[in-house]
Amino acid sequence: MMTMKVLTLAFAALVATSASALAAEDLSQPQEPIKQSWSWDGPFGMYDRAQLQRGFQVYKEVCSACHSLNLVSFNDLSYENGGTGMFSAAQVKAIAAGYKVPAGPDEKGNTTDENGNPLMRPGIPADHFPAPFANEEAARAANGGALPPDQSLLVKAREGGPDYVYSIVVGDGTKPPHGFKVIEGKYYDPYFPGRNISMPPPLTNDSVTYSDGTKATLDQEARDITAFLTWAAEPKLEDRHRLGFGVMLFMLLLSGLLFLSYRKVWKDAH
Amino acid sequence: MSGPSTYVPKSGFARWMDSRLPLMRFAHDTIITFPTPKNLNFWYAFGAILAFMLGIQILTGIVLAMHYVANADLAFNSVEGIMRNINYGWLIRYMHANGASFFFIAVYIHMFRGLYYGSYKAPREVLWILGVILYLLMVATAFFGYVLPWGQMSFWGATVITNFFSALDQITPHWGSAIATWLWGGFAVGDATLNRFFSLHYLLPFVIAGVVALHIWALHVPGNNNPLGIDVKGPQDMLPFHPYYTVKDSFYVALFALVYLAFVFYAPNFFGNPDNYTPANPVVTPPDIVPEWYLLPYYAMLRSVPQKLLGVLVMAGSLLTLLFIPWLDTSKVRSTRFRPMMKQFFWFFVIDCAVLGYCGAQSADASLTLGSFALPLVWIARLATLYYFGFFWVIMPLLGIIERPKPLPTSISQPVLAAAE
Ligand code: HEC
Ligand code: HEM
Repeated sequence: MMTMKVLTLAFAALVATSASALAAEDLSQPQEPIKQSWSWDGPFGMYDRAQLQRGFQVYKEVCSACHSLNLVSFNDLSYENGGTGMFSAAQVKAIAAGYKVPAGPDEKGNTTDENGNPLMRPGIPADHFPAPFANEEAARAANGGALPPDQSLLVKAREGGPDYVYSIVVGDGTKPPHGFKVIEGKYYDPYFPGRNISMPPPLTNDSVTYSDGTKATLDQEARDITAFLTWAAEPKLEDRHRLGFGVMLFMLLLSGLLFLSYRKVWKDAH
Repeated sequence: MSGPSTYVPKSGFARWMDSRLPLMRFAHDTIITFPTPKNLNFWYAFGAILAFMLGIQILTGIVLAMHYVANADLAFNSVEGIMRNINYGWLIRYMHANGASFFFIAVYIHMFRGLYYGSYKAPREVLWILGVILYLLMVATAFFGYVLPWGQMSFWGATVITNFFSALDQITPHWGSAIATWLWGGFAVGDATLNRFFSLHYLLPFVIAGVVALHIWALHVPGNNNPLGIDVKGPQDMLPFHPYYTVKDSFYVALFALVYLAFVFYAPNFFGNPDNYTPANPVVTPPDIVPEWYLLPYYAMLRSVPQKLLGVLVMAGSLLTLLFIPWLDTSKVRSTRFRPMMKQFFWFFVIDCAVLGYCGAQSADASLTLGSFALPLVWIARLATLYYFGFFWVIMPLLGIIERPKPLPTSISQPVLAAAE
């Protein structure tokens, strides 16, 4: 009985404090991104190839409709030929061929077909990802005046990095707190500056059907696309972590030896 | 160099060379036999650490320049090309970017060391002034370098700093803006600005290397000061530079490099600003324009003054003040170890610089809330600026007169002998 009372009291206190915390929250300021743990965290962290493949699928099937990935070439997606990616060279070839990229003039010097459309050709691994819009104006016109930023460096270009990107994606389209007015044509996202975002919620459960059979929950998709975009922003992370370990060992050894030499040389220095 | 040369050429070629261009003799006297006080501590390793960092910056910089394109349309992507497509480009670039931060960490420790042990006092005034010139050259080099990747902070940082010159309009109308236009090579920071900044960024490190040579020359005439701040009395106070200090400096350089490389490999963007991974965009102003961390104290002083021209003058004054320190300090005693009052003011000055740095990093209208009481940070920055100037221009001259220093040891070897008995 006694414990029950204490528990109820504690619960009431908790509700009261969290209610006052909510009341104190400044709704014009974004919330801190949700802290996640990632496979590439820490000095030994590495990307998870299967996760990168899923993340690529999310980029390809969803984000690439609005966001460019200008700095990344198809070749980069390969783990062969010195690449740091997640697919074999043969897979990359097939992926590239699935995209249409602007072609040069044909043998008669034409740059458009008979209907006046620019000539296109299938992509090759050396091509970069084609951008979804021809220019900034076209991108803004299609997105209610807002510009979907290029995603090649997005993770490194935002305070909070991967946690921020993950939070934006899961926070987009959530229910605004009582009293918050969402601007016409925008969506509530507690992690975005000003909390009104022009991006329609890009992901829900089952936005994609993963070819590896993983269940496509919103959380899973958001984590996967974040992994892919982190790789896109920092493709040499694994090399860096691996080489770093060797260098740290070497420097420790070197410092140790120099310390012993120092002690030996100075022993009879007085 | 103090003392006669003890170099003895060993081979026929060395003798031949020695009577034509005695380079080996010079090197021998400078880094082998140079007599050095035997009580130099850890804080004296930072000179060697600085020389090491200068070498790293020049080497990595030359490789970066092989791949970098100084053009407003191509610069950002050329840096990303280095990060992605050049063999070990990421390593070279992260070493250079973090190298700048660690160069400044080292120079600040080196300068505080000089302040603490009174190393600027006679007969080392010229040595100190050359040091201040080195520091100013480093600031200029770092500023130019930060513009090169042509990210948002590059562009807007360059815009804010170069605009300081237009503050001169308040004294001589149009002259300030004319200077700014001349610096830009146009009517705003643009392609021409980027090109000349690249040229200067490549040039200045070699100027620094030249001034370092003078700095070390000016060190080797009076010889090192030391933690006791007393003059050396004879050979019993000294050790040859090699092997004693070559091995001691090497150990600390390796230790410093270990910490530096840990950042390069495991937190390469720790000192960076995320906004600089967004390409420069003249029509989008970032919400907070902040300089690199090592310039934050000056930025705080600038912003603490409500009037633009005065702010710029205060900032310039804070730097130029350093040149006068040898004559502002009136004490007969060099080392703060024997100056009980100076010790307290010194450490308060170190804290003051950190407080200024903190204020510089916060947005201009930030305030510190203590319960229901909100203190605008700009007021803290004002007090801190006051102490910065007060420390040099009031406290330093006065302390020399009113402070009673502790008794000095008679020689460097005396306290060692005393301890041995
Ligand atoms: C229908 C077009 C569209 C799609 C599809 C889309 N986005 Fe966006 N996204 C936008 C627009 C427009 C903005 C700019 C929002 C603003 O400025 O208010 C944006 C902004 C963002 C931001 C915030 C960037 C910042 O400036 O801080 C992130 C993160 C983001 N998108 C991630 C994604 C991810 C991940 C996907 C794929 C799962 C995706 N987006 C799919 C249109 C889209
Ligand atoms: C490029 C940057 C610099 C390099 C490479 C450099 C190098 C050196 C070296 C190798 C020494 C001897 C070792 C030591 O005492 O630590 C030295 C001493 C000294 N440096 Fe510097 N230095 C630099 C910048 C500065 C700056 C910015 C200042 C001060 C404003 C300064 C002030 C001094 C002083 C006063 C000494 C003598 C210290 C003593 O004998 O007590 N130096 N420097």
